[in-house]
Amino acid sequence: MFETVDAVLLARIQFAFTVSFHFLFPAFTIGLASFLAVLNGLWLWTGQTKYLDLFRYWVKIFALAFAMGVVSGIVMSYQFGTNWSVFSDKAGPVIGAPMAYEVLSAFFLEAGFLGIMLFGRDRVGPTLHMIACLAVAVGTAISAFWILSVNSWMHTPAGFEIDPETGQFLPTDFWQVIFNPSFPYRLMHTVTAAYLTTAFIVGGVAALHLLRHRHRPDLVSPATRTMFSMAMWMAAVFAPVQIFLGDMHGLNTLEHQPAKVMAMEGHFESHPDGAPLYLFGIPNQEEQRLDYAIGIPKLSSLVLKHDLNAPLDGLDTIPREDQPPVAIVFWSFRIMIALGFAMLGIGLWSLVARVRGRLFEWSMLHRAAVAMAPSGLIAVLAGWVTTEVGRQPFTVYGHLRTADSAAPLDAAAVGASLVAFIVVYFAVFGAGTYYILRLMSRAPAVSEPRLKDITDSPTRTAGTTPAQQQMTRKHSPVHPGE
Amino acid sequence: MTIAEGVSFDLTVIWAFVIAFAVLVYVVLDGFDLGLGMLFATEDDEEDRDVMMNSVAPVWDGNETWLVLGGGGLFAAFPLAYALILPALYAPIIAMLLALIFRGVAFEFRWRTKRWRGVWDVAFIGGSAMAALAQGITLGGLLQGIDIDKAGRAYAGGWWDWLSPFTLMVGIAVMVGYMLLGATWLVMKTEGPLQERMRRKAWVLGIATVIFIGVVSLWTPFLQDGYYSRWFGGWNIALAAAVGIAVLALAFGMFRTLTVRHHDYWPFFLALGMFVLGFAGLGFSMFPYIVPVEITIWEAAAPRNSQIFMLVGAAILIPIILTYTAFSYWVFRGKIIPGEGYH
Repeated sequence: MFETVDAVLLARIQFAFTVSFHFLFPAFTIGLASFLAVLNGLWLWTGQTKYLDLFRYWVKIFALAFAMGVVSGIVMSYQFGTNWSVFSDKAGPVIGAPMAYEVLSAFFLEAGFLGIMLFGRDRVGPTLHMIACLAVAVGTAISAFWILSVNSWMHTPAGFEIDPETGQFLPTDFWQVIFNPSFPYRLMHTVTAAYLTTAFIVGGVAALHLLRHRHRPDLVSPATRTMFSMAMWMAAVFAPVQIFLGDMHGLNTLEHQPAKVMAMEGHFESHPDGAPLYLFGIPNQEEQRLDYAIGIPKLSSLVLKHDLNAPLDGLDTIPREDQPPVAIVFWSFRIMIALGFAMLGIGLWSLVARVRGRLFEWSMLHRAAVAMAPSGLIAVLAGWVTTEVGRQPFTVYGHLRTADSAAPLDAAAVGASLVAFIVVYFAVFGAGTYYILRLMSRAPAVSEPRLKDITDSPTRTAGTTPAQQQMTRKHSPVHPGE
Repeated sequence: MTIAEGVSFDLTVIWAFVIAFAVLVYVVLDGFDLGLGMLFATEDDEEDRDVMMNSVAPVWDGNETWLVLGGGGLFAAFPLAYALILPALYAPIIAMLLALIFRGVAFEFRWRTKRWRGVWDVAFIGGSAMAALAQGITLGGLLQGIDIDKAGRAYAGGWWDWLSPFTLMVGIAVMVGYMLLGATWLVMKTEGPLQERMRRKAWVLGIATVIFIGVVSLWTPFLQDGYYSRWFGGWNIALAAAVGIAVLALAFGMFRTLTVRHHDYWPFFLALGMFVLGFAGLGFSMFPYIVPVEITIWEAAAPRNSQIFMLVGAAILIPIILTYTAFSYWVFRGKIIPGEGYH
């Protein structure tokens, strides 16, 4: 079945598929963990039950998303070896250490305190429970720090030499390895993206419940209003920040990976006196030109060089065999940018609504917020496709080609595993997504039950935290507020 | 410091022990967790299943993190071994990863649906069984040796090379051993009829585990000449005998505390002791090879500055991790009371 297919191509599809699916969960849970820590802190600080209601509402969703992130993440930690063994052998001495630090400083922190965050409030008391919530949130951020450092090193490798005997990358300076040139920009851009992703999901869910009761606003719980307001503040503040960070990241990419920016811009030709910003076009890599191009003259030079007449090189300066696949990069970049500006639009709209006092009544805004609920997830994936496909044809940019990185596996083996991953991921994570959507379709209630079974079984009660109730030991102290 | 001819005690040896420690902690912590998943198949009462799952719900995620440390640590400290072993054992490792997905999500999904609860219970059982089988096959595949191209630094065999009677036997042995850990864990964490049934199951599983330990121990030396001389050369045969006697002593203690003394905690820790001894025996067989009997730990090791950089982190962070992991177990200590809190 797979005899005629290139094993490296199958391995690439498998990695792209599994990492894309995986990243959807952390993109959501990085922000959600912080949101939950904030909600729990506000509950302890103000004593207003709406914050506890929101915590209990979102922690059920968090538990589901986090579990899916964990199990799809274990796959990633082994797939470097199973499918990219040559890359692992060669780059392991450099990137293995930061990845080990990720496990030691982040994964254990998250996993170790997750149980207490989900099940332990009654057992450890409010202070330690708050610490557990913070530990989980900080753990997700530390995890992002290390893995983005490793990823950035693959784009802008630094602090190494190559062993002439084995071809291994050997570290010469770990500070340079970790803080490689693209890392600070990628870290800020990605973490902000994760916060925006969460904000738009939370805002979309809140907007859904505002819309449902638009004729009976008295039925809308204070919790729903609060989360809509919080989400819209995040959108209004972080969407513009993100556009600024994205611009900085782009300038950094122009400096270190110009071919990627040429593909993003669709610049097959060099422009010695001002390059146009193409809004649309169909990249034709065979002929090395952008068909049906519609562009604004000189604007690209203004954006990238802050000078209308600045010269910009095109892909004609890059040998054909070193060019990334232009069409994918060109389109995914445009999807990300469009969504980014749409997010900015929602953020500004919410400010207008706030000024007019119509934040909770403006149905058109709520409809737009519902439509934009998955925008962060899509934008994040589009951004990753842009940067990762833009790194091709290399795994370690400029030093190790993707074609020379793969494991010596039969196409049949990789093909079989790819099919298995696709079937299992769609079935399992499809079901998980359905359960999350079902939880979201129910509005956060006043005194949100922590144990109520959403299946509405009359004989039993169980929630996300069914264990919480059953785990309660005899004579365990019950703390007020729970 | 020299510990054997041509073998010195250095950073590479320390890292071999760190990785071995991570794998051992994984086996100790996730073994009972996977075994409990398999025992799900033998208990069909809803409430008993709830209690079983709840006994590990707060800790399973942390348990599996040790598997990530084992894999990630191998990648970091012995990148060549990681690059040789994983492609060689491609099928069982992919099967394990997929199995862990099913059982991991079952912890959350089964509480989210009434109609499909049975499906996620099957996912929990099947995922646990497949993960245990695949881990055993992986261990067996590593022990029986891997066909490599040493000059090309690459795996040179086919994608079914791992399949043999020995690997399947080790796979089943690991399943049985994990079930023993699961049963004794439940003796510790439950009460009443469920606990009594687990005592009886632990008896049967205990006998089977002792037999499997014997079979693996006697079979392994005949896989490679190196193992044979390691175990039966010179005075080492006395060590082998001592290990065997120690395993039997632990097993005897476990059976006695299970039924005669009706003790709750000892059976689990004595069963763990059998695992630790077996693990030490495997390490004794393999050392100093990391890919038996082709690549030593020194040949596969990351450069010295990587080892030092990571060791600083490991020396600080692993004790902290062990501390808060212990704290988490302490928070959730004691018996699981079925139905308590059903207000």
